[in-house]
Amino acid sequence: MIEPVELPTKIGIGPLLGPGQNLASVSDKISGVVLNRKTTLGWIAGLFVSFMLMQGLLLGAGVLFLKGVGVWGINIPIGWGFAIVNFVWWIGIGHAGTLISAILLLLNQSWRNSINRFAEAMTMFAVACAGMFPVLHMGRPWLAYWLFPYPNTMNIWPQFRSPLVWDVFAVSTYATISLVFWYVGLIPDLATLRDKATKRFHQVTFGALALGWRGSAMHWVRYEQASLLLAGLATPLVVSVHTIVSFDFAVSIVPGWHTTIFPPYFVAGAIYSGFAMVLTLMIPVRQFYGLKDLITVRHLNNMAKVTLATGLVVAYGYMMELFFSFYSASTYEGFMMHNRMFGPYGGFYWALITCNIVTPQFLWSKRVRTNVPILFVISLIVNVGMWLERFVIVVTSLHRDFLPSSWGMYYPTVWDFAVFFGTIGLFLTLIFLFIRVLPMISIFEIRMLLPAQRVKEPVK
Amino acid sequence: MTEMAPSSAIYGVMAEFETPGQLVEACKKARAEGYRRMDAYTPYPVEELHDVLHLHDHRVSLFVLLAGLFGAAGGYSLLYYCSAISYPLNVGGRPLNSIPMFIPITFECTILLAGLTAAIGMIVLNGLPKPYHPVFNVERFVNASRNRFFLCIESTDPLFDRDGTARFLESLDPDEVAEVAH
Repeated sequence: MIEPVELPTKIGIGPLLGPGQNLASVSDKISGVVLNRKTTLGWIAGLFVSFMLMQGLLLGAGVLFLKGVGVWGINIPIGWGFAIVNFVWWIGIGHAGTLISAILLLLNQSWRNSINRFAEAMTMFAVACAGMFPVLHMGRPWLAYWLFPYPNTMNIWPQFRSPLVWDVFAVSTYATISLVFWYVGLIPDLATLRDKATKRFHQVTFGALALGWRGSAMHWVRYEQASLLLAGLATPLVVSVHTIVSFDFAVSIVPGWHTTIFPPYFVAGAIYSGFAMVLTLMIPVRQFYGLKDLITVRHLNNMAKVTLATGLVVAYGYMMELFFSFYSASTYEGFMMHNRMFGPYGGFYWALITCNIVTPQFLWSKRVRTNVPILFVISLIVNVGMWLERFVIVVTSLHRDFLPSSWGMYYPTVWDFAVFFGTIGLFLTLIFLFIRVLPMISIFEIRMLLPAQRVKEPVK
Repeated sequence: MTEMAPSSAIYGVMAEFETPGQLVEACKKARAEGYRRMDAYTPYPVEELHDVLHLHDHRVSLFVLLAGLFGAAGGYSLLYYCSAISYPLNVGGRPLNSIPMFIPITFECTILLAGLTAAIGMIVLNGLPKPYHPVFNVERFVNASRNRFFLCIESTDPLFDRDGTARFLESLDPDEVAEVAH
């Protein structure tokens, strides 16, 4: 997959792996989290809180199915409320996982080996949360299968010229490929767990999941081919998914949505929010699971740099939106921008500018990037900011329609919040279960980082 | 690498090494000695083994290419059939074969089929899932997924000789040599 590399230490913020690690120690350390570590009270408490939060989703969706989308704050003109805001937010979070696992693999960024497994899991769980919202928003979710082209007695087909149908294909392909990529990456580690397990249940479960993997040299050849090909396929896929999500907006004629800058600006925003979420999750996990030797400050520093870079692209996007609305000389565009900044939702706009443009500027400083608590706070702020961005894009563009007689306001109801926080609960529940039952760091890829394990001069 | 041959008494003889360098060197010597039916087992991919053991198989890539082309052709055909043949819908005289609007779904179908083929192709060509394999009969083989490197010369090799091969492997300075029962 990648050449094992010498670990540069000269940048002064420590190596990729802590000192004294070898093949046995990394294998035992990571697999031990799953196999030997007692289920801690903290984990149970965390899972309990997340699981309770998830009940909001159950309740919210139940009420929604009973009464219809009228329980939400949506109306005409604001037909897209929280559902779409949350959909775009979640799917954007997922994109960082694919970026870390696929794009950084192709770019030979071996530091990703410590974080790719976790980030991929995050991707899948985020996509699971995202995928629910369009279905919930449908009004008649039990007819969701109408979105797929299947021969039917109505003799009609989906409207393939609509970005909303593109979305169905993009998101379902993305979910499938993410799952496959994640599982392929897990196979050698599942074999490690199988071989290290002492309990019969673990041996059988991990044995079945590992498919009988035995580390044969011939198998590794095909394995690496498949991994690289999957990475090569996932790279354009991740770009296409958020591009298509942005087409949902950009292909319409609504002022504030109908912009050519949307695809790149959405993709950058997705990676930005995703890296912030990886930081938000990784910082506590490495703390509580004693994995500071494997996920070092250097990893956090690198992720902070990516966050800063994509944050600057996003800032450029905001500025261009502003410029376009002025330069287009369109009354409606100009009004939309003025209303976005100084209208009834103006506060949200300035909050998002503060969160997404001002806050990440602190990341220019290496002292901030290597200061773990501050980094954690910044990542939380960016998460909030990116949610606000989607809220502003969706709501402020819709609520002032072309005719003042069609103007309206959007006030989310308790059920909007129940479903939103419910998906956060679902996401965290899945994360808690994942870190308990599967190796959260790719063991075999960490082995490749160990400099001592290179094939050196032949041993006589 | 090969299927077991039940005719012989054992599956093969296996040597255990501490470092990948030793393993690569052992593989070289075994090749030089004339052994062909052997396989190396490592806890992570060791690229140097590809040339030493002549491991070259590009079928996964080929299958992925074919699946991608099939996905692209199939995806576009689906859109064309639905939108232009089965259910033509004239919207303001726009062309029924709306090529630019068909690109996103065609692309997603390409990726979907190619990606699934990469994973399934790798698993199937590797002969997985395999619930039983003789190499696991060697007690210390559990470390093949942890920190040890193994070379197994299989009994199907024409030069294989139960004692002679074991002696040869002993001469390579391994940590341990063990017979692999079927």
